[in-house]
Amino acid sequence: MSARKYKERAIEGIFLSFALVSLVALFFIMLFLFQKGLPIFRVIGPLEFLFGKSWYPTYEPPEFGILPLIMGSLFITVGAILVAIPLGVTSAIYLAEIAHPWIREWVKPTIELLAGIPSVIYGFFGLIVLAPWIQDLFNLPTGLTALTASLLLGIMAAPTVISISEDALNSVPASYREASLALGATRWQTTIKVVLPAALSGISTACILGMARAIEETMAVLMVAGGATLIPTSFLQPVRPLTATIIAEMGEAIHGSPHFHALFAIGMVLFFITLGLNLLADFLTHRFKEAGSGTL
Amino acid sequence: MVKKDLKIIVEDLNFFYGDLKALDGVNIQIPERKVTALIGPSGCGKSTFLRVLNRMNDLIPETRLEGKVLIDGYDIYADNIDVVELRKKIGMVFQKSNPFPKSIFDNVAYGPRVHGIKDRVRLAEIVEENLKRAALWDEVKDDLKRSAMELSGGQQQRLCIARALATEPEILLMDEPASALDPISTAKIEELIRELKERYTIVIVTHNMQQAARVSDYTAFFYLGKLIEFNRTEEIFTRPRKKQTEDYITGRFG
Amino acid sequence: MRELIAFWCVRMAIVIIVAALGIIIWFLGKNGLSILSWEFLTEPPREGMTEGGIFPPLVGTLYLILGTIICALPLGVLAAIYLTEYTRQGKVIRVIRLGINNLAGVPSVVFGLFGLAFFVIYLGFGVSILSGSLTLTFMILPTIIRASEEALLAVPQTFREASLALGATRWQTIYKVVLPQAFPGILTGSILGIGRAAGETAPIIFTAATFYTPHLPRSIFDPVMALPFHLYVLATEGTHLEKTLPIQYGTAIVLLGLVLGINLAAIVWRARLRRKKRW
Repeated sequence: MSARKYKERAIEGIFLSFALVSLVALFFIMLFLFQKGLPIFRVIGPLEFLFGKSWYPTYEPPEFGILPLIMGSLFITVGAILVAIPLGVTSAIYLAEIAHPWIREWVKPTIELLAGIPSVIYGFFGLIVLAPWIQDLFNLPTGLTALTASLLLGIMAAPTVISISEDALNSVPASYREASLALGATRWQTTIKVVLPAALSGISTACILGMARAIEETMAVLMVAGGATLIPTSFLQPVRPLTATIIAEMGEAIHGSPHFHALFAIGMVLFFITLGLNLLADFLTHRFKEAGSGTL
Repeated sequence: MVKKDLKIIVEDLNFFYGDLKALDGVNIQIPERKVTALIGPSGCGKSTFLRVLNRMNDLIPETRLEGKVLIDGYDIYADNIDVVELRKKIGMVFQKSNPFPKSIFDNVAYGPRVHGIKDRVRLAEIVEENLKRAALWDEVKDDLKRSAMELSGGQQQRLCIARALATEPEILLMDEPASALDPISTAKIEELIRELKERYTIVIVTHNMQQAARVSDYTAFFYLGKLIEFNRTEEIFTRPRKKQTEDYITGRFG
Repeated sequence: MRELIAFWCVRMAIVIIVAALGIIIWFLGKNGLSILSWEFLTEPPREGMTEGGIFPPLVGTLYLILGTIICALPLGVLAAIYLTEYTRQGKVIRVIRLGINNLAGVPSVVFGLFGLAFFVIYLGFGVSILSGSLTLTFMILPTIIRASEEALLAVPQTFREASLALGATRWQTIYKVVLPQAFPGILTGSILGIGRAAGETAPIIFTAATFYTPHLPRSIFDPVMALPFHLYVLATEGTHLEKTLPIQYGTAIVLLGLVLGINLAAIVWRARLRRKKRW
């Protein structure tokens, strides 16, 4: 009797411990990023690190200002969302509101496949096709620019924006649409004036997560962004975003050197940026859910 | 204290879903080896009451219970009660037939197996015996390996009854067992219920008053979470004592 | 009229998205298919990687996938069972969910850093299949948990009730009734996560991948060549960029074929499962 209860408790405990793995992993990630990243602040102050204008880690003396890298990430991300959000949100509207079911049945898996293409393949494609094309188009010394990376990233982030926006659109109650159509509104007016506003916070979540997707992308931007560590002033210049810096330089950085710690500190910055974006998205989703249930 | 022919005694039962009071001060004494029907309009608490009896509501978070539920004189909500042992003693048949997507044999053998019977010969005996009790044996005996999902709705429901009987329960709870069935299958189930009461105490929820009248010995009428009236079925249907009961069974509401 | 234009604009967006996939596949196919041969898949690189095949990176990637499946699948499924079968609400669950959601948001390069600091350096596994697989495991864990949860939640509650009403314990109900029903769904969802692991580069660069090794790995403590890293190196760092171009195309198409093949298989299987469901 109680032996069985005890056994069931034990089994539940085992499952709980597995459920806690993700939480522990997240904690360990922070712990080890801090352990390897914080020592850089013995060499340079946090503000100098974040806002220093030059990144020359291998010079003598080295300089560890990551502002150019942050600006690089910012340029590429802004460019990418300018591509991904219009493309993604309109695609989601098409899929959720307009497309025939059979089109949806084919397009949705296609988009899933698009999201599944490894980023190094996108990078390769960008390097071989997109970059020469940009170079010719604008008559530049190199096609590896913020613009190239932005275009590529825009396509890469679009599936994220599409799938989450579509979920948001689909969760708008059918009664809203029916009410609007019954009042004599056209389908387009209904979509723009009723469905879209009702799904707005879900779509904002989609855009934020699309942005997070763009910031964290590594391989593709490493291959096509050009890698210059100057603060960019135009989209046609090469840039070096945060992620690419880590990958490009970790191989040369000696374990335990300031450079090594600086790269981990960049990892910390990335971690907190994406954590912030995810928490924001989480917050918006919850508000969205509450608003949704409140109207049912 | 406990009268010998009373199987289930419920005293001052209140039941809550969160803040919602679903059962309000229910007192009832259900006799052994009889069929007791629970009737009432939807949302009156009859299904909730049924699920109180085998502690199925434990699965729903944020539910709360006050009062006493005694089966064979033991409080089934006492701390030292083993829910698994309790549910083994109480079979349950659900509104929509829900055989596992396994073979006919495996469905009936499921209960005995989880209670530790491994011997194949013994299992085969149990399966045959209970399929016979549920009046399904002749229809499926040649093909016990067939998936239960391929049976008709009525056959599936009888399979679920066989499955419930296979754990040798003393009480059988039925939650509108025939509501999703055609008239012929319903008639078979009702006939089965009348046979089964020889061995089992049966509590059946139904929204079909003719059914209650046909199969049950006692009838309890629930309304808005309260037990309005409980009496012999013939009394309830011919001489209801309460106005609400009369209104309900004469079809004036519900 | 305005409506018509608007509808066409909306259609254009989806055309661009689908066309992007088409162009990438067409472009790689046009340039890469001709180099594919049995030798390309089964021979090691020669002549400073300008000749020969991609056997070692192909095998390396397969080892990493296998290692990741072995670790991530049980971990993810067991976690999902707790979240769906034991406790669906409450404070503990909310904290665990927060952990899972944010783990899913961690950039892949940060996983790479974590793998380097924890598995490679702290635990002393070195740059190895083990370190790489474990790093990838944590990266795809949220995907596997979510896929498993979805599959578990799709099992009708009445099955659980029927089993519990027969006096089965919770654990018996899970492994005799719920898991067999959910298993195909768990697998298809998880395969999509594993497809992602197969194509990832950033998390394995510091933890598992090596630019060149003359022999295949002999144990899980050996580093491996891997397809995505191979492509990256050939496309960016090689001294003979032009000469290795055919091999780059070949590597890209094999990697793409592998990842899309895995994903496509999962998507098709999932579609068939959904159609087949009888409850």
